[in-house]
Amino acid sequence: MASIRLSVPATAKRGDVIELKALIQHPMESGYRRGSRGEAIPRNIITRFECRYDGETVFAADFHPGIAADPFLTFHTRATRSGPVLFRWTDQHGESWQETAMLTVT
Amino acid sequence: MIRLSGLGLALVAVAACTPAAPPETHLDAPFERLQSGYDFLTPETQALQDDTFSNPGYLWVDRGAELFNTSDADAPSCASCHTTGLAGVAASYPAIDSDSGQLLNLEGRINTCRERHQHLPALDYESDALRALSAYIANQSHGLPLSVDISGAAATHYANGRDYFFTRRGQLNLSCHQCHDQNAGKRLRGDTISQGHGNGFPAYRLEWQTLGSLQRRIFDCDTGVRAEPLPLGSQTYIDLELYLSARANGLAMESPAIRR
Repeated sequence: MASIRLSVPATAKRGDVIELKALIQHPMESGYRRGSRGEAIPRNIITRFECRYDGETVFAADFHPGIAADPFLTFHTRATRSGPVLFRWTDQHGESWQETAMLTVT
Repeated sequence: MIRLSGLGLALVAVAACTPAAPPETHLDAPFERLQSGYDFLTPETQALQDDTFSNPGYLWVDRGAELFNTSDADAPSCASCHTTGLAGVAASYPAIDSDSGQLLNLEGRINTCRERHQHLPALDYESDALRALSAYIANQSHGLPLSVDISGAAATHYANGRDYFFTRRGQLNLSCHQCHDQNAGKRLRGDTISQGHGNGFPAYRLEWQTLGSLQRRIFDCDTGVRAEPLPLGSQTYIDLELYLSARANGLAMESPAIRR
């Protein structure tokens, strides 16, 4: 189970630019490293991140082996309407983790 | 005779200028001022540690809080006994367990509690669960001064840890003392040598890309001087942990710190 930390303002004024932050616990094993006995450590990375604000994708990113462990993203969007902000990470095997925060727009 | 008394006066003057006698535990540490590993970080890394949202060590603190409050199988949760939390507790570890007389570090205390009170198997060193629990408990002492007790039964452990600290080892034939006492603050390749305090552990090391225990850090130091490291959780490493903590007594706890 991956720990997730989100930072989404609880409320915002319509039209305001808000900052969203998302941190997930993941080894992001590049696949290029070897263990202490010389064996290759298989690649194990998140390949896709998506943020949906009230159903609409407002930010997405493709991750590659160069991304460090426990990837941390900060990005901005404009507050338009009240609704759920969903963050979803999907790894190379198709497993995904998601968490939602509610944003109230006044 | 006159010259001799002049010398005596000079000595008195020197003694008068020295600040109040440092606590006994600092006797070996040659520092005018104890400096946390934090002081040797770049401003960017310090900022990462200070931001309790983006500091990745808090991923383990969060997880530890969950584990602390949930019960496993039929065992009571940690929180069912420790109802008021464990603020300040981690700052006094390693400490002697009054029941067994053994010296336990924080990880050892967690595992002893699991076996003795929860009747659960001990967690492996560096397992996700043990790191999470130790980070959560250490974080409750955040900002409090390290204050380990080296009297009584702990004294022999302290002496043993101190011996380890001062003994040269490995192909590089270096002791901990040579880097962390004699050369602290100087450069070692691209890095600045710290004073070697464990006040930030369990810490998120950028080199590890994860959170790890002080035991793992010591293991890495031994590997660094090309000595054969001891197994994690070995008594000698716990004794060394006690020496390091006593040497840093008074420094504020920072777990989960960020270290290079």
